[in-house]
Amino acid sequence: MDIFFQQLVNGLTIGSIFALVALGYTMVYGIMKLINFAHGDLVAMSAFVGLSVYDQFLGGTTNSLVAVLTIFAATGVIIAMAGIILERVAYRPLRNAPRLSAVVSALGASLVIQNGIMLIWGPRMRFFPADILPATTWNIGGVYISFIQVVILVVSLLIMAGLIFFIDKTRVGAAIRATSIDHDASRLMGIDVNRIITLIFVIGTFLGAVGGLFIGLYYRGINFNMGWNYGLYAFVAAIIGGIGNIPGAMVGGMLLGIFKAFIAGYVSSTWADAFTFTLLIAILVVRPTGIMGERVAEKV
Amino acid sequence: MNKKNNIMFEVKDLEVSYGSIKAIKGISIQVAKGEIVTILGANGAGKTTTLRTISRLHDPNAGTILFKGEDITTTPAHKIVSMGISHSPEGRRIFGILTVEENLILGSYSQKSTDKKTLNWVYDLFPRLAERKRQLAGTLSGGEQQMLAIGRALMSRPEMLLLDEPSLGLAPILVKAIFKTVKEIAHSGVTVLLVEQNAKAALKLADRAYVLEVGKLVLSGTSKELLASEKIQEAYLGKKRK
Ligand SMILES: Nc1ncnc2c1ncn2[C@@H]1O[C@H](COP(=O)(O)OP(=O)(O)OP(=O)(O)O)[C@@H](O)[C@H]1O
Ligand SMILES: [Mg+2]
Repeated sequence: MDIFFQQLVNGLTIGSIFALVALGYTMVYGIMKLINFAHGDLVAMSAFVGLSVYDQFLGGTTNSLVAVLTIFAATGVIIAMAGIILERVAYRPLRNAPRLSAVVSALGASLVIQNGIMLIWGPRMRFFPADILPATTWNIGGVYISFIQVVILVVSLLIMAGLIFFIDKTRVGAAIRATSIDHDASRLMGIDVNRIITLIFVIGTFLGAVGGLFIGLYYRGINFNMGWNYGLYAFVAAIIGGIGNIPGAMVGGMLLGIFKAFIAGYVSSTWADAFTFTLLIAILVVRPTGIMGERVAEKV
Repeated sequence: MNKKNNIMFEVKDLEVSYGSIKAIKGISIQVAKGEIVTILGANGAGKTTTLRTISRLHDPNAGTILFKGEDITTTPAHKIVSMGISHSPEGRRIFGILTVEENLILGSYSQKSTDKKTLNWVYDLFPRLAERKRQLAGTLSGGEQQMLAIGRALMSRPEMLLLDEPSLGLAPILVKAIFKTVKEIAHSGVTVLLVEQNAKAALKLADRAYVLEVGKLVLSGTSKELLASEKIQEAYLGKKRK
């Protein structure tokens, strides 16, 4: 039974990261019906940017909340700006082009960012210092929970609750929902669709940056091409939840994290990919629009 | 009624193309403050294209659009509604997975906040919407969706309302009801530019009319004149030449 709860905790941790990253895919898809394949690479880039911010300005600082907040703020701003540039350069010029052009552009942008990371930070694995956050671990009835796991879970849940409130309860949130349904009708309401798209990229990449930093803080080892791996899992999470659906991405991320942890705990982590895609196919056979996908069913 | 010095809205020599296809081939329209003007025409005449160009969802190839003396030919689409022009588009284009009230609130997005008085005015005009405010808009009947599309357009308190075929797909009794409400809206001081295929109903409602045929204006005049015109009777009112 211990292994069950242990893997549940581990699964919720990685699931939170999947969920944060999945939100970036799903929000962009919701607004533009475009899979932003470069999203995972921005997530990877954020981990490197965060590490550089630490090395340059906070070298040697340990157990410091201020240091961590500085890393998140600086990285969040830098990556969100990268997201804005990505949209302007790779997607906006192709807004009215055939969909395949945008897909090719997205894949190209993914490669450019990935190679950019490699050129700037090198092809070798880099490591986050172990002591940015306290290394405290609690043992609760045989289940180990580390400080960073608690941080990841709590911060992710707070961010997601905030996002849901923003989308559901504010005027701009309503404009985002309207834009995801019908661009022209939204323009007739006075909504500046370009600004909404920029905002979506800012929010999506910011959430991705938080996810990327969590990857660095939790796993410590980061790689220039890790965006494809994490990006793929987050993308699968978004599809499981119903692509375009915001709560769906959260649920899909959590479910996928728990599933992956159980496979690792009960079977073997080498099989995680195979099982994950089997799960994806099984879910899509039963529910082609994902778990919470009916709300994004094409409008009549 | 249409005193030249009272002109509120004007389209001059408008041309619009889709790729190499010319949809609008140089048309000029004038609307005076307080008027109800209708643009009639068969399928594909270019009625929707005209309204979408006025709302700036399309760029014209040539011509100018003036509203209250201001040139809005290159104004971005999202700024048109706050200038006082609101558009209830062809096919209604309501936000189906949002509630009726959320749709109406989005109609007032160009305002700082949603005015309760305006919301109540719309609910008074369309009591059916008030009964269904928490219902998802996509589950409304066709007629109710049309009411919502018009109500949503009114939420910005427009000076001029563009209506694209509000009668489309509705039973005659509902068409009557909707047109009656449009008249009420006009009486409250809103200028109306109405696009219709239902010529009879539109001419009964409107002060003046333009007739569009494959991108060109072929006739214009007061509704009375057009109702009496033989050409209109034949082509649009289904009356045979004696
Ligand atoms: N997006 C588009 N791409 C290419 N051609 C278009 C497009 N939209 C309209 N057209 C063409 O422009 C012409 C005018 O179309 P428009 O929709 O303005 O006509 P309409 O008068 O509103 O017709 P209806 O009464 O059927 O709604 C038509 O020939 C149509 O095929
Ligand atoms: Mg039309």
